[in-house]
Amino acid sequence: MPLLLAGIATLVFIVSRLTPADPLVSIVGERNLTNPEVVAAAKARWGLDKSVVSQYFTYMKNLLHGDMGTSFSTRRPVLSDLWDRLPATLELTFAAMAIGLVFGVGLGVLAARHRNGWIDHIARFFALLGSSLPAFWAGLLALYVFYAQLGILPGPGRLDPRASEPGKITGFFTIDSLLHGDMSTFWSALKHLILPACVLGWGVVGIVSRLVRASLLDEFSMEYVRVGRAMGLRERTVVNTHALRNALLPTITIVAFAFAFLITGAVLTEIVFSWPGVGSYAVDASRKLDFPAVIGVTILGGVAFLITNLITDILYASADPRIRLA
Amino acid sequence: MTAAVASPSLVKRHRPAWRRGLSLVGLGIVALWVLVAITLPWWSPHTPLEVVGDRLAGPSGAHLMGTDALGRDVFIRTLWGARTSLPISAVVIVFSVVLGSLVGAVAGFFGGWVDAVLMRFVDLTMAFPPVLLAMAITASLGPGIRNALIAMVLVWWPIYARLLRAQVIAVRQRDFVESATAIGVPRWLILRRYILPMSYTPVLVNATMDLGQVVLLTASLSFIGLGARPPSPEWGAMITEGATNFYQWWIAAAPGIAIVTVVVACNFVGDALRDSLDVKDSAR
Repeated sequence: MPLLLAGIATLVFIVSRLTPADPLVSIVGERNLTNPEVVAAAKARWGLDKSVVSQYFTYMKNLLHGDMGTSFSTRRPVLSDLWDRLPATLELTFAAMAIGLVFGVGLGVLAARHRNGWIDHIARFFALLGSSLPAFWAGLLALYVFYAQLGILPGPGRLDPRASEPGKITGFFTIDSLLHGDMSTFWSALKHLILPACVLGWGVVGIVSRLVRASLLDEFSMEYVRVGRAMGLRERTVVNTHALRNALLPTITIVAFAFAFLITGAVLTEIVFSWPGVGSYAVDASRKLDFPAVIGVTILGGVAFLITNLITDILYASADPRIRLA
Repeated sequence: MTAAVASPSLVKRHRPAWRRGLSLVGLGIVALWVLVAITLPWWSPHTPLEVVGDRLAGPSGAHLMGTDALGRDVFIRTLWGARTSLPISAVVIVFSVVLGSLVGAVAGFFGGWVDAVLMRFVDLTMAFPPVLLAMAITASLGPGIRNALIAMVLVWWPIYARLLRAQVIAVRQRDFVESATAIGVPRWLILRRYILPMSYTPVLVNATMDLGQVVLLTASLSFIGLGARPPSPEWGAMITEGATNFYQWWIAAAPGIAIVTVVVACNFVGDALRDSLDVKDSAR
């Protein structure tokens, strides 16, 4: 795993040096490019006058010390930029994941119980739509309908313009405002969270519901289910307390996959909803050719991926005793 | 190359009528889009850049999906968008399949350190969320549709490498390969004649479904501003224009619907292909 981490960092570094676009333009601005003194000073300051190999070693050494360099555009350390913006993204992804799991499992159970009935067909189509809709487009549409037309949910951003941010404890506005006992801020944060989280969670609903349906149908063909039904247990008991518990096991593995989907979606959803998270930071950075920032976000994405995979493996092993090898 | 596995008896086994209907619908939609993309220059009433009426006019008989901020016909522009998105998606898939198959076949067939090295590289590429990596690559190469295309190929090929490798390894162990080796057929010939035709189906099915996903990714990159640039009628770029004219819903609606139809249709076709080629059985 450390090897994979080093690989991730190296790959990102290589990618960032493919560039024919000159990062100097974004540092000093086009006007100053003709001024050799400014250019030389900027090159020296950002280490661009060294060879690529020595840049690489400096970069790796700094990275090991937790230093991702300084953003060209915000002029702050990339790590602290990311640190500031991570809670917003996490709040959004967790909310979306929760929505995806709850509705996904529910829909999957319904679809399996009414196999090939109309509920099943609707669930299948709903799931397909979730993975086929461009997240940014669905976001725009949702904003247009629920904010502009119906006016029942607020527009972009994390809070009403009037509300002030709750003091930072976890960085999750909903949790922080509750901890401070500030109910109006809490409602504002929650309402702002609903639309983006639903848009983002939709895709997860699709992924989860298909899987739950399939594994529940597998369980239905097992003998214990037949025994339960033969004993006259209510269908609800058979499904919810017996079959579903076993059927949910594979769902754990899909969570890592769903998380990848969420990161991808978060990047696009955040732009539409002006959500001040890592995703919109990444987009800003790549528009401005701010390489330290782009590198930082990409590494963060890779690492997040790695961690979720690890957590999934651990969860799975602890949930299913058969997996334990040692 | 698929003829080897798709025997007629496998086709249409336990497939309810409505699913056959869906795959026909999918095929129909894809065919229609391709037809539109190819023939558009001959019958399109306007060019996509032509100003045809008032700005920001709503949908009407003359302009089915209204006009945009410059007074261009949104419906016509959306149709022209197919001429950007579809070829790009096809090219990305073809290049990714070729590159991925090459790597996957070599890794699976030769095994050992070749396999180890190639697959670590595949793991590495797949350790990133695709959009993030594609963004980073496009940003470093410089924004633009050609660079976005390169980035998407670089992000996409590992999937096929992994798929084909698994198949090749499964097929390699079968008796007919052993007998071919025994009678002295050269290794590359075994790979090409005996193993590849038996291994290709999952790649083919996935590639079909991925056509839609690449359309989606292209639009995403353009939406961010890293792919096609605004005047060109690309679906993602058009949605960006729709976002700036938020209250004129039709500007973003038309290209969005176009994307969804293509992605859904590709899914139907991919499903149908999987059923009729019976992917699960092809390897054993």
